[in-house]
Amino acid sequence: MDLSVINPALLIASLMVASTPILLAALGELICEKSGVLNLGVEGMMITGAICGFAVAVETGSPLLGFLGAALGGAVLALLFAVLTQVLLANQVASGLALTLFGLGISALIGQGYRGVKPPPTGRIDLGPLSDIPVLGRVLFSHDWVVYFGLALVVAIWAFLKFSRAGLVLRAVGESAEAAHALGYKVVRIRIAAILFGGACSGLGGAYLSLIRVPQWTDGMTAGAGWIALAIVVFGSWRPGRVLVGAYLFGGLTVLQLNLQAAQLPVPVEVLSMSPFVLTIVVLVIISARRRGASGAAPAMLGRIFHASS
Amino acid sequence: MIRLEKRPEPSRAWTWATPPLAVVLTMIAGGVLFAFLGKDPVIAIKTIFWDPILGEFAFYYRGQLLVKAAPLVMIAVGLALGFRAGVWNIGAEGQYIIGALCGGAVGLAFYPAEGWYIFPLMVIAGALGGWAWAMIPGLLRTKFHTNEILVSLLLVYVAEQLLAASALRWLKNPEGQGFPGSRNLAQYPAGSNPELIAGTGMHLGIVAAFIAVIFAYVLLNRHMTGFHIRLAGQAPRAARFSGVNPARLVLFCFGVSGALAGLAGLFEVAGPAGQISIDFNTGYGFTAIIVAFLGRLHPVGILLAGLLMALTYIGGEAAQSTMGLPAAAIQAFQGMLLFFLLAVDVLTNYRVRLSRGQA
Amino acid sequence: MTKATPLLLIEGLTKAYPGVVANKDVSFSIGAGKVHALLGENGAGKSTLVKTIYGLVRPDAGSMRLHGEPYAPADPNAARAAGVAMVFQHFSLFDALDVAENIALGMQDPPPRSTLAAKIREVSQTYGLPLDPGRTVGDLSAGERQRVEIIRCLLQAPKLLIMDEPTSVLTPQEVEILFRTLRKLASEGTAILYISHKLEEIRGLCDSATVLRLGEVVDTCTPSEVSARDLAEMMVGQTLITPTRVGGTDGAVVLEVTGLSLPASTNFGTSLKEIGFQVRAGEVLGIGGVAGNGQDELLAVLSGETVTDADTVRMNSQPIGAMGPVERRRLGVLAAPEERLGHAAAPDLSLTENAMLTGAQRRGLTRNGFLNWTKARAFATEIIEAFDVRTPGPGHVARSLSGGNLQKFVIGREILQDPQVLVVNQPTWGVDASAAAAIRQALLDLATKGAAIIVISQDLDELMEISDTFAALNEGRLSSPRPAAGLSVEDIGLMLGGAHDLEVGHGAA
Repeated sequence: MDLSVINPALLIASLMVASTPILLAALGELICEKSGVLNLGVEGMMITGAICGFAVAVETGSPLLGFLGAALGGAVLALLFAVLTQVLLANQVASGLALTLFGLGISALIGQGYRGVKPPPTGRIDLGPLSDIPVLGRVLFSHDWVVYFGLALVVAIWAFLKFSRAGLVLRAVGESAEAAHALGYKVVRIRIAAILFGGACSGLGGAYLSLIRVPQWTDGMTAGAGWIALAIVVFGSWRPGRVLVGAYLFGGLTVLQLNLQAAQLPVPVEVLSMSPFVLTIVVLVIISARRRGASGAAPAMLGRIFHASS
Repeated sequence: MIRLEKRPEPSRAWTWATPPLAVVLTMIAGGVLFAFLGKDPVIAIKTIFWDPILGEFAFYYRGQLLVKAAPLVMIAVGLALGFRAGVWNIGAEGQYIIGALCGGAVGLAFYPAEGWYIFPLMVIAGALGGWAWAMIPGLLRTKFHTNEILVSLLLVYVAEQLLAASALRWLKNPEGQGFPGSRNLAQYPAGSNPELIAGTGMHLGIVAAFIAVIFAYVLLNRHMTGFHIRLAGQAPRAARFSGVNPARLVLFCFGVSGALAGLAGLFEVAGPAGQISIDFNTGYGFTAIIVAFLGRLHPVGILLAGLLMALTYIGGEAAQSTMGLPAAAIQAFQGMLLFFLLAVDVLTNYRVRLSRGQA
Repeated sequence: MTKATPLLLIEGLTKAYPGVVANKDVSFSIGAGKVHALLGENGAGKSTLVKTIYGLVRPDAGSMRLHGEPYAPADPNAARAAGVAMVFQHFSLFDALDVAENIALGMQDPPPRSTLAAKIREVSQTYGLPLDPGRTVGDLSAGERQRVEIIRCLLQAPKLLIMDEPTSVLTPQEVEILFRTLRKLASEGTAILYISHKLEEIRGLCDSATVLRLGEVVDTCTPSEVSARDLAEMMVGQTLITPTRVGGTDGAVVLEVTGLSLPASTNFGTSLKEIGFQVRAGEVLGIGGVAGNGQDELLAVLSGETVTDADTVRMNSQPIGAMGPVERRRLGVLAAPEERLGHAAAPDLSLTENAMLTGAQRRGLTRNGFLNWTKARAFATEIIEAFDVRTPGPGHVARSLSGGNLQKFVIGREILQDPQVLVVNQPTWGVDASAAAAIRQALLDLATKGAAIIVISQDLDELMEISDTFAALNEGRLSSPRPAAGLSVEDIGLMLGGAHDLEVGHGAA
């Protein structure tokens, strides 16, 4: 065992990279859940985004177009979910699962021709002198644009929910669809928009995995990241800031366990590999136990079907 | 404009008609998908749905049908009990793995002893393993209100790592020349789940699946516990008013579905699979979710749905080898089936009306 | 009437739903500055009519005019823009949001938060409706929640204010305050459309009234010139029979609750504080109170859905507080919760299955845990026949029944199990007058046979009609029970806590 190979600065820098996919997906799901819709298909939308982004980037040679394609792919899959749950009033849990199962299949299908291909690289943003600051520059100011986009999205969503009228309406719809309907708000349209936004974000998160983090395409490469993102929304009590903390905690854990594997800790690799999942469960338990009851900060209508009778 | 109007009562006709309708729609959409992949859609659909039952090599496939359907039905019956009660165990894949590991480990521990008692002990260990793994999300929900969907699902990834560690380390065949995987249980008579009638594929797991269907049918229709399950799912407050203890019901549903998934894993590892290997699990635990819904959460419906889903597996494999249809296409096809099922389900509870679009 | 064009003129409105005509050729008008009552039983079509005016429902035929101009709001936003505001019966509020946010959601173009908060304070001062903009709505009392709705409307300076059953959640003193506000508004020129089935209120407040029955206008009148009884008969279309019984409070104590305290189980629930009372054989104890003061929680403790220390609840001196619903049913303690669909009955299960829901123990519908569906069907049929439940048969699901018929089924199911103690919450809420009378009579007959009965209700008239003793539930506290005979409306109002929080005013409780 040789723990000296672990470099703290590098650890933090790679933590920011490792947490970005989950952060993006969790932020999308946060908006979706704020509108009262529980979309368990995050894993499916992420993996679809991962392959759509990968395919578009490889075909066009442009990572940026790839990310756009990923957002579109995720949103298209989310549209299926939106039609099922908002128009055809299907059960949200079952529809979300269907989305995940379908997404895993369809992505593998699209991805057949892309195994072993290298995607075009996404460059780091040159922040000039900032990137040259010793240690700090390397840790904070030498990442690709998506990392900063994720952080900006945290702030944007926070401000949107707290200050904007649209954010207030979104929260209202998630609190009581009946009351919002009675006041004349278009509950179904608002929810569909939130679902699509969630899908696009998940797609971006997936593409970050396939285009930057890994970067290549393998079947089922999200490997549970979508479910972790769902857990992080709960962990974050439906607040963007706390979701960021959750994503960074999880990202840190992933990076640390990879580093420990590299340091040849005398523990089976499998135990290290499962540790992020086990710790996520532990955190979920602590959060729910402390909150005494499932209610807590969750939007009151979460997962419930709304059908305007008049 | 199309409007949905809630029916005063769910339509009985549509309750039964929606699953076949979903299957037909999936065949059409699947055909389009296959055409996109450059395959003849009619031949593809025929290869998947027709040939395994009535084609030239049907004698071989028919047995395989039961072999594939048995674990699906067994798991789905358990899941359906929970889904009916509003208890979402979606980690059956993990419980299936742990059941196989526990049952398999017991068998391997006795190796090379002979005795009639070894296989029954393995069965018990398999059921207990699945049960215990399912109890984790069950207890966490009842004690701490932790979301059971996330916990049960996350535990699948943990179980997969345990499977890998077992196949590569703890239960690795000491005489396997370094290859991953345990000893082959199929070659260890006291610990194997052999074919009951040679050449048919029929094994004890299939018998167990039938028993599970009957058990669930009686439970749901004739027993208080089954009544409570239906009540809790439809109207949780009414269930509590009636005297249902919600925590006990959650644990019951998790326990039964976990034990059934564990059993399915054990019968698989000791029979068709033969050994604990790193890729032992093939997603039965997830496909069973589709089976449960396709069977309308009804035990008999699940039996039929399990057979149909097994057909897509076998037919899919056939289409893979004869037409070069990618395996992923079948997976997408199965996902599509669940989509269409959920979509047409609206007809059961709502009437579709065309309303005059007046301003 | 006035020569000027009426503020709102409605002509020939018709709206049909599958199987029921909600409004049939309805016409009436309201003048500016007038308070107009819309009177009718549940199901008479009042709600559909006001939803049409507020833009939530599109009529099949007919027209409306506002200030003489054609008026056909596409949605509530359009209605609000035209100067129509509405206070809902079931509040259109968001529990987790604060007062200012709730008000902003109901406005077309809300000002920035700080300005809005100042405006809320200003309007609430002007109309004597104290309210703190920063408080979370879920923590407010029913009366305060209604103030949020009213202020939300007032901030838009409406020309027409629709109030749907506004007093059902208020104490008599709060009703007085509301009426003062409404009269002040009317004097400023706002027209008010006031929906209620409380006749005395209408006689005291309204300038004119339109009476609806089965979707049609059956009469119009000036309420102050007709008696309440005449109004009632216009509304119901038949002569009403007042339930009768021989009272009795001299039986042995059957049920006794002592020192019952219970923390709130949910974020916005009510905690119960030091509740104690007794009920004797043959006695009807009426528990009054405004919604959300602990009624559901109290019923849950009595039915066994919530368990307490064994000694907190005693039946014939035997401690039963720790028993669940099943054990209590075996002993003869039965209950009928307020929420019919989803609590007292499962909406998507058949009546036979709903008979099994509570009847399994006392009617012997199970053996060794196995269900006897033949017996359950017979029991359901018995209920349907004995209580005149209108349904094609016991195989139909609960939600296919009308509110009144389902309530008769629920009450009948418990009464036919021959209870020693029966606890009912809101037995006639949302039930038409004849079904309500039948239910009250059945409860009184049961008491005459020697059962102890607890009726929890927000309808004070109902409680006065059938109770021997009366107690009030206010913020989870129960007043000491008093004989019902001789209690005045003012007495009851004070027992109910008077005007809620008016003394505290702006203080955040």
